Amino acid sequence: MKDKLSHLIKNIGIPRITIVTLLIVIYIAAYYLGLNVPSLFSDNLVRMGMNGILVLAMVPGILSGTGLNFGLPLGVICGIIGGLISIEFHVTGLLGLLLAIIVSIPLSVITGYLYGLLLNRVKGSEMMVGTYVGFSVVSLMCIAWLVMPFKSDAIRWPIGDGLRTTITLTGYYDKVLDRFLAFPIGGVEVPTGLLLFFFFMCYMMYLFLRSKTGLAMVATGSSNKFAKASGINVDKSRLISTVISTALGAIGILVYAQSYGFFQLYTAPLMMAFGAVAAILLGGASAHNAKIVHVILGVFIFQGLLLAALPVANVIFPQGNLSEVMRVVVQYGIILYALTKAGGGH
Amino acid sequence: MNFLGNTLLELKDISKTYGENQVLNKVSFAVEKGEILCLLGENGAGKSTLMNILFGMPVIHSTGGFSGEVYLDGQLIDINTPEKAMEYGIGMVHQEFMLIPGYTVAENIKLNREILKDNPFSRVFGKDFKTLDMKTMNKDARTALDKLEIGIDEISKVDGLPVGYMQFVEIAREIDKKNIKVLVFDEPTAVLTESEADNLIKAMKFLANQGIAIIFITHRLDEVIACSQHVVILRDGGLVASKKTSDTNTVELAELMVGRKIEKLVSKEEGRDVEHAEVILSMKDFKVGMPGELVKGVNLDVRRGEILGIAGLAGQGKIGIANGLMGLFPAKGEVILNGMPLVLNNPMASLKRRLAFVSEDRKGVGLLLDEPIDLNIAITSMQVKNDFLKRILFMNQMDTVRIRKHAKEMVKLFDIRCTGTDQNTRRLSGGNQQKVCLARAITLDPEILMVSEPTRGIDIGAKKLVLDTLIDLNREKNMTIIMTSSELGELRSICDRIAIVSEGKLVGILKPEDHDAKYGLFMSGNTDIPVEVQ
Amino acid sequence: MKQKIKNLLIQNVVTIVFVALCVGGIIASEQPLPFIVKELITRIGRNSFLVLALIVPVIAGMGLNFGIVIGAMAAQIVMIFLISFGATGFGGFMLAMVLSTPLAAFFGYLIGKVLNKTIGQEMITSMIIGFFANGLYQLLFLFLIGTIIPIGNEAYLIPGGVGIVNTIDLKGNLMYALDGLWMMKLPLVFMITGVICTVLLLIKQFMGKKELTKAQSKLGYVRIGMGVSIFAVGIILNVTTNIYKFFDIPLVTAFFIALIAIFNIAIFKTKMGHDFRTVGQDMHIAHVSGVNVAKRRILSIVISTVLAAWGQIIFLQNLGTLNTYGSHVQISTFAIAAILIGGASVTKATVGQALLGVVLFHTLFIVSPMAGKNLFGNAQVGEYFRTFIAYGVIGLSLGLHAWKTFTQKQNKDKIDLE
Repeated sequence: MKDKLSHLIKNIGIPRITIVTLLIVIYIAAYYLGLNVPSLFSDNLVRMGMNGILVLAMVPGILSGTGLNFGLPLGVICGIIGGLISIEFHVTGLLGLLLAIIVSIPLSVITGYLYGLLLNRVKGSEMMVGTYVGFSVVSLMCIAWLVMPFKSDAIRWPIGDGLRTTITLTGYYDKVLDRFLAFPIGGVEVPTGLLLFFFFMCYMMYLFLRSKTGLAMVATGSSNKFAKASGINVDKSRLISTVISTALGAIGILVYAQSYGFFQLYTAPLMMAFGAVAAILLGGASAHNAKIVHVILGVFIFQGLLLAALPVANVIFPQGNLSEVMRVVVQYGIILYALTKAGGGH
Repeated sequence: MNFLGNTLLELKDISKTYGENQVLNKVSFAVEKGEILCLLGENGAGKSTLMNILFGMPVIHSTGGFSGEVYLDGQLIDINTPEKAMEYGIGMVHQEFMLIPGYTVAENIKLNREILKDNPFSRVFGKDFKTLDMKTMNKDARTALDKLEIGIDEISKVDGLPVGYMQFVEIAREIDKKNIKVLVFDEPTAVLTESEADNLIKAMKFLANQGIAIIFITHRLDEVIACSQHVVILRDGGLVASKKTSDTNTVELAELMVGRKIEKLVSKEEGRDVEHAEVILSMKDFKVGMPGELVKGVNLDVRRGEILGIAGLAGQGKIGIANGLMGLFPAKGEVILNGMPLVLNNPMASLKRRLAFVSEDRKGVGLLLDEPIDLNIAITSMQVKNDFLKRILFMNQMDTVRIRKHAKEMVKLFDIRCTGTDQNTRRLSGGNQQKVCLARAITLDPEILMVSEPTRGIDIGAKKLVLDTLIDLNREKNMTIIMTSSELGELRSICDRIAIVSEGKLVGILKPEDHDAKYGLFMSGNTDIPVEVQ
Repeated sequence: MKQKIKNLLIQNVVTIVFVALCVGGIIASEQPLPFIVKELITRIGRNSFLVLALIVPVIAGMGLNFGIVIGAMAAQIVMIFLISFGATGFGGFMLAMVLSTPLAAFFGYLIGKVLNKTIGQEMITSMIIGFFANGLYQLLFLFLIGTIIPIGNEAYLIPGGVGIVNTIDLKGNLMYALDGLWMMKLPLVFMITGVICTVLLLIKQFMGKKELTKAQSKLGYVRIGMGVSIFAVGIILNVTTNIYKFFDIPLVTAFFIALIAIFNIAIFKTKMGHDFRTVGQDMHIAHVSGVNVAKRRILSIVISTVLAAWGQIIFLQNLGTLNTYGSHVQISTFAIAAILIGGASVTKATVGQALLGVVLFHTLFIVSPMAGKNLFGNAQVGEYFRTFIAYGVIGLSLGLHAWKTFTQKQNKDKIDLE
């Protein structure tokens, strides 16, 4: 019995156990401090749906052997551009969101394809190269945002040059998914549309992973040599996974923005990959293996932690942003842990 | 000079097991000062393990150590780390060079044994801060190189040197270790040209004349006769002979290396005439660039319906042939399959032409270790023939019902011991893993099945089952089987013909019942077969 | 000869592109050259030490040490405490240097241990460690000071009693603690440097123990010529009317930088440095030859982290302002971008490349905002451009190195089938 327990602990990992425990403790503390737990839970659901697809974008890369996709900002930028185009043409509501998605898909597919070609040439260094390609493109886009020819008042600064840093979505597609068929139950406000869309995307991924191409991808990540011997084109599988990941990044940021209510340009996308990576790792994935359940669990736990920690921390530490600091520590801590586990130590 | 009667190194009753596998069984022999001893043996005879023990390699001590004793100069010694071996004066020239290309010859010779001198900082902060005395290091290197009569410049970088010279830098490094008493050469001539090999042997003799004992591992019987005084032959972990070289010849050596009782599993049946069957696969000047198993131009015809064996010593190229045919390693040459050329360097093309392969690298190439048995068996057929898929709207999905059903049949057919078809293959024993690989290959319904080292690391019961299965497939489905193996015994027990590969080329094709010595000679690359052995 | 020049150009393409960018930037910014030169001199003095801290891990095969930010954090922790307890001047500066050493060494040791668990992915790991450590640093200074850990001077606490203020002014305590010790006017610096170089070179040329080859002799004369020219420039600056003759050079700072530069050259002549090189060349062979690979790798990071701490102290005493939560954040990125621009790579870095890189990177840094304003009507463009340069150069260098490594690995296994 003791053996089984220690084996289980070793498999799940001390950091994960610590964090889940922390989450439970915080929820309990919140209850005892008189905070509105159902409302906390509602927010948790919203945050889950909001970030979920960005986390889902990590799955193809992990499974195909390309690794954790630190180049997610590339997809995010494609999504933002699609979103801005939709606003520029004054399309509102669900249709606006749909247009944004439709525009950003070909953009992200092409970007993902080029990025995938690069990753195929730098096998073994994908994480580092991906991070800095992401950083470079984001900072290049900073210049681009200053000169892009958008005309909409919502997008441009009223005086001076360039696009706004934050673009408000009220009047366009702010919370269109969140509010779609939303209903209250026991004090909890369920964002039905948002959750439906997220679970739908998860289901699509699930189906894909059981298709011929999907299984070829899984085989590639599991063993390049086996895949090659089974007639699978390893480079093609990796390429497909990067394209899908980038496209999900684009769709993901659109879902995120509609829930948040804002598009954030300039340096905001810089560190977005790390949050998504941390979430999936927290859910139980590793650098080489990921399941869809890891995505759902991970994003719920991660967002829950950050959400619940804020009010609880504010009671204990009235000033300062403990929640933000905790996010940094937890986020990079879990990534560090995963790297040491995947590492080739002597 | 001959220091007869001056035993330097003695190994007594050396035994080693890896788990249940006994790789060395009470091996005893002695080497004298200034003697060149050749260590002969097939693959798996135990040569590498013996050398690992002599060097105190971690792989020995982390798997339970060994039993037996080693005596140096009459003293019992305990070698439990490579550093200890070096201290005792035991040196080794490896097959893969341990040289740093970016460093000079002198720096390589003195690696981690650099000559240091003091400076103000080292007196305060310790010996780590001592400066390198490049001048003295270069001088020492020059001396060692001169001893070997090699005209390499000690200050030139190693990456500019031709391969043959690199070996000499390795040797220079060993003899620079002043206390060297025993020097082991592990298949040194494998990568050398003929003239480089001659130079090497000359150097070896020179070193022996200085009183250093040399252990020379090789499979080239001519070299054995040419330069050694003493030959030790290992077979299946045991010592079969320890002779004075002057008392033996290549034929006898070949026989001793190979000889064993053949247990023929099949007898000549009525109506089985594969000798005159048509050629199904024909290779002309076939070359494969598989690292460590280079194929340098093989001409071989495979007859329809036969079981063809491919034999040879390790590293001689036999493994490369099947790997090349499946497109797993770069290949060149002309291959005609069923009258049409086979597209090379394209695994999918080979698979679509109904070639199937069970690789020698079971865990690396043969299995998805973290996936269940049923997926492992079905996935290749899925990718090649779109089998095990069902269409749903515009997508295809794996047909889990059929996959499971088929896997269950295979489990029964091969008697795969598992907790269920959903068990991850990582959990299976070696033998059962091999059966899964075989099952996957059979599921493809191939015309030619190639198996590489099919019974390696498998227990006796499973071995027999695998071999019986191969025979059944061949007899019942008329499946042509190409079987590459290091175990001559199993090849001779089920094959119709056996091709011997040495130095990347086909030496000849033998029948199972041919003389043992013939096998030994072919495998060592000798084609001059004395009359008495024909 | 033509092939040689061609090869030289290809090898140094990054540096050449940046020289062109700098020249273009200087022209586009329309800033007066003396202003640029003065700023550049200041920045060289401020940043060189930090960039030099990167060299040892590169040689030891650890790649670019993104973890130097942690050395900077160690320095800041020590500095903040010392300032709060009233430390000032050169004494305060030296105290900071001394006290930050064990702290930085300890951090370096921890980082080294973690990096030994992620062999092959050292750079991404050190980058993530940097982000993680930043979180812990913020935890320390935002929530633990004032509650658990006491601070000498309450003035540095955020109103409310918990957490350190955002900005700490170093004027009056540690600003110019090192620079201010001995400043010398530019022409005099040139003259003295010229004289010293020429004398040393003359000694080497004519009184050295070694016999010089014809080529070495020729090179010696060229170098002596350079030494004399430096002296001549000094004289010219002194006698003519110009603004440069009034520029101040902080001599002690220059001395510290020279010391570390010499350290980075001399260390590789010692056993320790040679072991670093051996481990960096081939870990497996080093291990088989008996080198304690794990220990050497950790030591290389310890040295780098300590040097980074010292470098950060020098950086801050010149800058004059300590942004508690921000001064250290971009340190790694900028230092690494600088050394790469100077021609270094993931596996090769020299003192010359470090110093050249500092000059080029910071020139670009100075001129970008105005160049952006003049070319695009928006100074922001220039600022974003220089951040893009930093990230882009690192991304490019990493990409090229990874491509080269991957291609080399493939070629190693490729065998000629003739």
